[in-house]
Amino acid sequence: MSGTYLGMPAFPKAAQDAVRNETLRGNLRHATHTIRDKRAKAVAELADWDRLRTAGKDIKDRTLRHLDRYLLQLEEAVTAAGGTVHWAADAEEANRIVTYLVKAAGGSDSEQREVVKVKSMATQEIGLNVALEAEGIAAYETDLAELIVQLGEDRPSHILVPAIHRNRGEIRDIFEEKMGSWGRPAPAGLTDNPAELAEAARVHLREKFLRAKVGVSGANFMVAETGTLVVVESEGNGRMCLTLPETLISVVGIEKVVPTWQDLEVFLQTLPRSSTAERMNPYTSMWTGTTDGDGPQTFHLVLLDNGRTDTLADEVGRQALRCIRCSACLNVCPVYERAGGHAYGSVYPGPIGAILSPQLRGTGSEVDASLPYASSLCGACYDVCPVAIDIPEVLVHLRERVVEGGEVTRNGERVTIKPAKGHAVERAAMRAARWALDHPGALRAGQRLASRTRRIHPKRLPGPGRAWSDTRTLPEMPAESFRDWWQRTRGGAQ
Amino acid sequence: MSSSSGSKSSGSRERVLARVRRALADVPRDERPQDVRVERGYLRVHGDRTTEQTVELLAENLADYRALVHRVDAAGLPRLLKRLLAAHGSQSVLVPPGLPPRWLAAADPALVPDREADTAYELDTVDSVVTGCAVAIAETGTLVLDGGPDQGRRRITLVPDHHICVVRVPDQVVGSVPEALERLDPGRPQTWISGPSATSDIELNRVEGVHGPRMLEVILVDDRAEGQAPSMR
Ligand code: SF4
Repeated sequence: MSGTYLGMPAFPKAAQDAVRNETLRGNLRHATHTIRDKRAKAVAELADWDRLRTAGKDIKDRTLRHLDRYLLQLEEAVTAAGGTVHWAADAEEANRIVTYLVKAAGGSDSEQREVVKVKSMATQEIGLNVALEAEGIAAYETDLAELIVQLGEDRPSHILVPAIHRNRGEIRDIFEEKMGSWGRPAPAGLTDNPAELAEAARVHLREKFLRAKVGVSGANFMVAETGTLVVVESEGNGRMCLTLPETLISVVGIEKVVPTWQDLEVFLQTLPRSSTAERMNPYTSMWTGTTDGDGPQTFHLVLLDNGRTDTLADEVGRQALRCIRCSACLNVCPVYERAGGHAYGSVYPGPIGAILSPQLRGTGSEVDASLPYASSLCGACYDVCPVAIDIPEVLVHLRERVVEGGEVTRNGERVTIKPAKGHAVERAAMRAARWALDHPGALRAGQRLASRTRRIHPKRLPGPGRAWSDTRTLPEMPAESFRDWWQRTRGGAQ
Repeated sequence: MSSSSGSKSSGSRERVLARVRRALADVPRDERPQDVRVERGYLRVHGDRTTEQTVELLAENLADYRALVHRVDAAGLPRLLKRLLAAHGSQSVLVPPGLPPRWLAAADPALVPDREADTAYELDTVDSVVTGCAVAIAETGTLVLDGGPDQGRRRITLVPDHHICVVRVPDQVVGSVPEALERLDPGRPQTWISGPSATSDIELNRVEGVHGPRMLEVILVDDRAEGQAPSMR
């Protein structure tokens, strides 16, 4: 599965397809609302939430402003603890390094040409599984949702719950049909009871864990001063991948570094509450290099750039690198709720995807150029973000960039991009804006969520939106339901 | 030193670092990391609690995440362990090298030592594991294992389906995450455990037990009290 979905339709087209899929919309709505409410409760338990949020933002800003120094410190600490550090400028290079390391670990034994993987955004972003497959190496996803996605030959649609678009009946069918060709088949008479489905996954994956020689992971945090990596998870598949194999390869974006061990006290409080709405997630693993006689005896850390330094070069846009991938912004986003994760054409869906993908990949393609418009700028994402990323601010900034062009950094070089005016890209962007703004359901939910603490709420949109916001006010809340409205108008697309 | 891993990545270290430095051209040359203010106004611990209340909160939060919580005094520990292992029907139990021998002196299952040479397949045939812990966090209901002598290798608390973790109260209990990190050594491999393994990937229904132990039992053992009757929860 590739991280960049080439040939993806631009946002509005993909979003409209999603809206027509009622199962998807029903699943998404149920899921996002459930997590949203639970999160609010988990956050309310901490009287100092705002202060933790500020500290998280500050720590990330300190790190980003001195990233070179912290990366060197991290490299030194990991190396001193017995690990090996590799640097990858782009996806292709990272894939090449991992492939080489897997082959080296497996020796000449072809049976060992397989890896077990714990869910990692970075390896999805670089399309690692496809690259490994091309070299004859099977990569098994072990997170339950990732397994559902992999067996279903599907794409993830949510950062945290990648199979959020699948209901239990669909999952049962996928397991029954596909497990057999990947390994141990689903038990006969499997029903759609979630506990039974989880049991089927446990049994299916256990044989893979027990024989695994190489594990591949990402990391939520890397501590520069100690060289410690941290993986936060729920199911225990992470622990399996991190402790049973002889060789562990972790592919981690360079922005995941934090300066000190103490800094974890902030994120280990804010991340679980923001993401799964728990006081603490079931399992967190921390390791520093290798430990004699315990866990993998060979550890490789692949530090990944792949557009991150380009993002860092943009003084407004760089705040997107503070993201700790909690997915809270997805769950409150009225546009995400209706459009679904696939519409964003990237492994990073929702509000964070709308600001991250166009920066990591550039705005050359229709889908990437349209992403900054895939928002009603209601600001709910900013309010819930545990590292206070001002997503609306970055969206507005990127819209300007798409429309007016200007200097950006691509692959480390300063380049000037042309204004999109009059091009297909502009039309795609306009359609995305119209979809998000004209969309009564999305807008209504957005207005309901819009909150007092929001700093930015432009009355006039820059770029192509400007003409628009000059001549019209935002639509009133309609009396009819979204579905009725949709059926009547086809989303205003015609 | 960084490795070139047999591919053309040897130049990438310098390339990525150079890109980072160019990207940060707006950061004043003389700015030091500590010049970027980090506002640490958050609380060290949430709320005022007596030691007893902190232990009580730990028990509550552990139970809230579906761990089975038991309380006992030191003298009653071997009997309780014997009973819990029997109730689970365990034939064999993994034992970390530094677990006080007294703890399992009364237990019936075969004791399996934690050995490096064992394969994951062998561990998969063992029914239960009994360990101590490094620290327990009351506010989050979290047990932290750091590979200490009474905890063993990380994998022994992962592969068997039944984990019994003994927490010495109140010594090993802290209130909050910040207090826990202060006590822990980053050089040691750590596993933070909050309830049994779980997933919410199927329509967000919480299902306990995917890959880690499906049953987590926690014994809060009171080391201090003399002659205090064991109380079960
Ligand atoms: S942008 Fe903020 S809210 Fe969204 S995933 Fe990242 S950290 Fe979470």
